[in-house]
Amino acid sequence: MLSRTLTERLAFILIGLAAFATVLPIVLIVGYIVAQGLPAINWEFLSAMPRDGMRAGGIWPAIVGTVYLTLGTGVIAVPLGIAAAIYLAEYAKDNTLTRAIRLALINLAGIPSVVYGLFGLGLFVLFLRFGTSLVAGCLTLSIMTLPVIISTAEEALRAVPQSFRLVSVSLGGTKWQTIWRVVLPEALPGILTGVILGLERAAGETAPILFTAAAFFLPRLPGSIFEATMALPYHLFVISTQVPEMPIQIQYGTALVLLAFVLTMNLVATFIRSRARARRQW
Amino acid sequence: MKPTTWFELVIEASIHAAGYSAIVFVGLILIFLLREGLPALSEVELSALAGTRWYPIEHHFGLWPLIGGSLIVTLGAALIAVPFGLATAIYIAEIAPRWARELLKPLVEVLGGLPSVVLGFLGMLVLAPMVRETLHTPTGLTAFTGSVLLAGMAIPTLVSVAEDALDAVPKSYRDAALALGATRWQTIWRVTLPAARSGVLTAIMLGIGRAIGETMTVMMVTGNAARLPTSLNALFLPVRTMTATIAAEMGEVANGSVHYHVLFTIGIVLFLISLGVNIAASAVVFRQKKRAERLLS
Amino acid sequence: MAGLYRKGKRMNNDFAIMRAVNRSHFPSPRANRQPIFFYWLAVLALVGCASPAASAARPEAQVTLQNKGSDTMVNLALAWAEAYEAQQPDVSLAVTGGGSGTGLAALINGTVDLANASRAIKPEERQAAEANSIHPQEFIVARDAIAVIVNPRNPVNQLTLPQLSAIYSGQITNWREVGGEDRPIVLLSRETNSGTHIYFLENVLRLGSKENKTLFSPDTLLLPSSEGISAEIRQNPNAIGYDGLGYVTSDMKTVAVAAQAGGAYILPTIATVNDKSYPIARDLYIYSQGEPVGAVKAYLEWILSPAAQQIVAQLGFVPVK
Repeated sequence: MLSRTLTERLAFILIGLAAFATVLPIVLIVGYIVAQGLPAINWEFLSAMPRDGMRAGGIWPAIVGTVYLTLGTGVIAVPLGIAAAIYLAEYAKDNTLTRAIRLALINLAGIPSVVYGLFGLGLFVLFLRFGTSLVAGCLTLSIMTLPVIISTAEEALRAVPQSFRLVSVSLGGTKWQTIWRVVLPEALPGILTGVILGLERAAGETAPILFTAAAFFLPRLPGSIFEATMALPYHLFVISTQVPEMPIQIQYGTALVLLAFVLTMNLVATFIRSRARARRQW
Repeated sequence: MKPTTWFELVIEASIHAAGYSAIVFVGLILIFLLREGLPALSEVELSALAGTRWYPIEHHFGLWPLIGGSLIVTLGAALIAVPFGLATAIYIAEIAPRWARELLKPLVEVLGGLPSVVLGFLGMLVLAPMVRETLHTPTGLTAFTGSVLLAGMAIPTLVSVAEDALDAVPKSYRDAALALGATRWQTIWRVTLPAARSGVLTAIMLGIGRAIGETMTVMMVTGNAARLPTSLNALFLPVRTMTATIAAEMGEVANGSVHYHVLFTIGIVLFLISLGVNIAASAVVFRQKKRAERLLS
Repeated sequence: MAGLYRKGKRMNNDFAIMRAVNRSHFPSPRANRQPIFFYWLAVLALVGCASPAASAARPEAQVTLQNKGSDTMVNLALAWAEAYEAQQPDVSLAVTGGGSGTGLAALINGTVDLANASRAIKPEERQAAEANSIHPQEFIVARDAIAVIVNPRNPVNQLTLPQLSAIYSGQITNWREVGGEDRPIVLLSRETNSGTHIYFLENVLRLGSKENKTLFSPDTLLLPSSEGISAEIRQNPNAIGYDGLGYVTSDMKTVAVAAQAGGAYILPTIATVNDKSYPIARDLYIYSQGEPVGAVKAYLEWILSPAAQQIVAQLGFVPVK
């Protein structure tokens, strides 16, 4: 058998190689899309409506649609998620009901995105008769995003030391005042990180909006929340599989825009998190 | 602890309501899936659903090829994701110097943020031809191609949960092992990893859960052929997953038709599978925790 | 923790003073909020400024027509929509694909004005529509040839319909058996919701016979749409596929088809479709909700006009006249 030191060196090398082998494709993927897509990016591509069967012109309605969907999801999921997180971190007792809620959250987190799409179709599009619309898409996406927001927000709330709460109470604050003025502000960077990561996922998903909000081509931007919309992930899917003679540059350009949108959110979240960690006083 | 003003009363009631909302949503999803999917059981005999041919426009509703397709793609993804993901987690948590850790962690998070349609797009254009040329398969649109991409999506989940689990192992365990003369590798392999066993298992299950549920990636690269995978060789042949079937066929169906109900039935199957995986994952964590508490007390 | 929260007391002065003192010495956590606030503000501003700009680019349309259905026709429908909107600025058309089945399902539900279909409406679909008090009117707006396509490197030039049926049902599995190289045959097809798929099933696999119950081989790859088939054909010498003539590009090879062995092998062109010598050609339909009126009627009349039919030819389909 090999000596212990030799085993260790071998193991470390193999594991290090495996780790870098895992990470290398990420760099390659992003680099490849940037390299292939960058030539297509110009102001017209980003701000104009599509022309010539979407083979020329820009992807403006898809960008706007994705922004609308993301914002709409945020408007619904963020207050609901933070409130639920406050419940779990500050109010919930250690009983079966709380256990059931946590189990429900774990399950919501694991449900396949296409099942969310089916649910959204069944409830919002058909039963509530919203039709294929922004509001149906946002509602579906917000239920999908809820588990991420709740779990990171709860973690951030729990990370605030108990001493903060005790000090506030000892000075005469009520429970809600303590939460609102002391705990929540301290936990805000962590909560924001979770929110942005959750919204990043909502922005990039196709399956939930497939039957609930997405349109192949719209002549103009959606005028109300009851209209369908184009969206970047669905648009990329459509132009790479449905439209013949689609210039490859436009496909890569769209992929790049979607990637940039999603990665920017990632960067912002990481930035908030590292800054918060650096200035943390406890 | 009672709220002191009406305002606070309302706020705290809303917070309680928000807390219960998770159960409400899971319940709603289950109810709607059942509402639209159960009629299929009365319209199609169970034996037909257990058939081996999926061709809905001619009323062949055999679910096994689809279930088999999902399973084989997930199996392939697990075979790739577990070794590479665990190695990455171990490397980041235990071995990497600080500069490497600061580099790798954000990169893995970027992988987790990649939209599935972007991966499917690249898979279709770049990976599938590569697979066909290097592995000499008849076509590059195979379960294997799907597995590689799914592994890419499962690895970030796996790495972050496993890394948390490894970090949570008390420093005293490692110190004790080193004090007894073990090398760092021996410590990792024989002390830290076993101690983090339950967390690592949870990480693997959550990663697999993510892989089963993926839709767009597999729809674009697995070929969508409803073949029943009968041997391991099927990994290099096209397959059709449950998720891709729903996404591809849902648009067509007339409301209330048999096909519509069967698609919701597939949704129910997916829901139950993810329920099972998640319950198993959380049960592992809870059980191990109880045992550790007993040992330490 | 019970009893720690006193009833009825607002924030004590002391706490406010302490907080102010703290803030002067340490940066407030609230400072973190500002960058995010500005980020969202910027996004909202961008969106808010752009919406008027974009809608200024397109004057507010009086009428929007919903057009949904066949993926075969979706690019044609889009080209028509663009050309029509250029000459009738007060009408705008929202075009979606999804397959002939999707469009007809939407017509039955009453959620589209015009459904595109690359196959005729089925009797059960017509029944369902009538049950909803919708009486679909059929219009033939173009013709299409189903081209059988292979990779340019494939030496096979011609096939008969019975051979195609055997290939696609899985009885012939190697190119060698039809005069090609020793390669496995990879079957490409459109999804089952596609009118093209159903047409191919009825007229090629089943050779037009209603009693024939042959099915596609389970090994058939059902690709998301036409471009998926094209991408695979372009780079895979083992592949065979079928699609509308409008989707065939110059980097694919079209196979000449004979109705039976010993018959003439015909390549699909506008001429061979119109004189019915190409055996697998079909009509493309648009269905309206009832007798068309107003904007719908005007649009349908325009589609059958020479200007629109020229667009049909430009896109590789066959004009009706």
